[in-house]
Amino acid sequence: MTSSSYRRSKRSISTRRVIALLRSLTKYLVVIVVAVIPIIPILLMYGWLLVQSFSSRVVLGLVPSGLTIENWKFLWSPVKMGLKTYPNIWPITLNTLFVALGEAALVVLVSTMAGYALSRMNFRGRVALMQFIIALHAFPSVILLIALFIILNKLGLYGKGYLTLMGIMLIKAGLDIPMASWIIKGFFDSIPWDVEWAALVDGCTRWRAWRSVIVPLILPGIGAISIFSFLSGWSEFLLVFTYVKDETYYTLPVLIYHLIGEFRFINWGMLAAIGLFYAIPTLIFFSTSQKLLLRIYVGGIKR
Amino acid sequence: MSRRRWLAVGRKALPFIFLTPLFIMIALSWIAPLFLTIYLGFTNLNIKNFLAFIRDFFTPRVKITIDNFKNIFLGQDPYIADVLKTTILYVTSVLMINVFYSLILSISIAYFVRNEIISMMLRVAWLLPRITPGIIYALLWLWFIDPTYGLMNSFLSLLGVPKAWLPESWLLDKPYSQILMIIVNGYVGASFGMIVYTAAIKSIPPDLINAALVDGASEFQVARRIIIPLLRWPMLFVTAWQTMSLLASYEYILMIWGAGGGGGYAGIAKAAGVMVWSLYSYSKAFAEYQYGYAAAISLILVVIGLGLIALYFKIFGFRRLMEPSRIEV
Repeated sequence: MTSSSYRRSKRSISTRRVIALLRSLTKYLVVIVVAVIPIIPILLMYGWLLVQSFSSRVVLGLVPSGLTIENWKFLWSPVKMGLKTYPNIWPITLNTLFVALGEAALVVLVSTMAGYALSRMNFRGRVALMQFIIALHAFPSVILLIALFIILNKLGLYGKGYLTLMGIMLIKAGLDIPMASWIIKGFFDSIPWDVEWAALVDGCTRWRAWRSVIVPLILPGIGAISIFSFLSGWSEFLLVFTYVKDETYYTLPVLIYHLIGEFRFINWGMLAAIGLFYAIPTLIFFSTSQKLLLRIYVGGIKR
Repeated sequence: MSRRRWLAVGRKALPFIFLTPLFIMIALSWIAPLFLTIYLGFTNLNIKNFLAFIRDFFTPRVKITIDNFKNIFLGQDPYIADVLKTTILYVTSVLMINVFYSLILSISIAYFVRNEIISMMLRVAWLLPRITPGIIYALLWLWFIDPTYGLMNSFLSLLGVPKAWLPESWLLDKPYSQILMIIVNGYVGASFGMIVYTAAIKSIPPDLINAALVDGASEFQVARRIIIPLLRWPMLFVTAWQTMSLLASYEYILMIWGAGGGGGYAGIAKAAGVMVWSLYSYSKAFAEYQYGYAAAISLILVVIGLGLIALYFKIFGFRRLMEPSRIEV
């Protein structure tokens, strides 16, 4: 130890400077090779999506030539897909909104109640219930798709248009609720007991305390799980793809899936435009509440 | 007196009133399908006896058999071995990316890059694959690998990969299609690892690192001797968590090969060698309508899943599972 530090101190200042320079050079080389170059394709893809949707022809992948809104005409004129023609994209968008909003409402209602009970009330089996919720959260739900299909059939919800979509909404909400309850429980935990105490001492009933003292304080938490569950419903693909066979009740991701199959060799422009149209809510929520979403995405994700 | 007793009953019942909706939803979406999957695995439900089955399942009229498991384990399904090989390739390779690549990535982003703004921009960029809705992510990749319009081949030649190595079609030519499958899922997994690791790196007390730097350690030595040992638990967490989600994840494969192949995912996934276990179960059910057999295939994943969950609780304990990004100093 002493001999090595002695040797080091004998090196001249300039050699040390060169070594330091080399080290920081290799450091930045590592950063560029590991963190910068591999992400370039992803950024190129996003760049393409933007450019392609507004231009009639794209040279070399990214250079636009000819600004046009031709690609966006699906907003007001028919979308042809195989033998089926949609009047326009709005009914499909409404289906998607229906599923996403319905899911968000269910998730917010159920998990706010459950999160409150988990955080504030003392009952037998509380810890066991929390462990169970964590376990559910770790368990990959896609495995259950076949059994859920049988359940939908048994309940008479298969092939029934909006009823099927409602069934999907219910299932999807059920799949997201464990995690949402967990998130909102965290928000409840961060409100000091004293606030609620004060309300109870002043003569509020528990229900009243919940409604007029606690709920306003956890609005950010409610916002977080609404965004989370809305986006989860908005991007749900597998359930709708598997359970909905009538094109009238498709949602946007399923429509895009089938459009890719039909359009791939014909019309990248329109695909890009529809893709961008569909990604708008996600992009908005991500850019406005990145911190919040990050917190959720850290908490736990399926993949 | 009676009022007080009512209050006491109310106090006991209140938690359960708050929790009942949760129980109903969990029963509908998790518990019922879980048990039903077990039951289905022991039947020969298919398209022919489907309606009769829906009418009277859980009655003695349904025949219980173990033929499905004979098919899987005794090699009567000729395709099972292939599926198993693909699955092992897929899970191990993507896991490597998730655990080790994202470790180097996070050290680069969160420690080597000292500029806050650049570090944050990189983090957001690496988060994109996870944030993007699945179908858009698939669309972007389908464009990128397109032989005439896409940039994949030009990008790779720019990096110095010889033209002769590049395939005609990334979707269909076999080793390349498997590489594509690993890359596509690798990006999504890498951002998961990155989120967990960067949070852990940020929570290392700066004094620890500064002390080492003052003593003359290089930044590489700091990374190797201080940061990586401290990330032991997060690494174990990412490994455990991702093993299970990878075993069950097939959504991107289904989207890319299904949409790219014009809708029929089962045939093209087999031809391209990207048929993983969970996708095989899905296609058995919804492309070949052999629901009973498909349920038996996923039942094996259910068993593995439950085993892994038990293992998590044993390794991490309840408390650690709840705080995945904490580290121990």
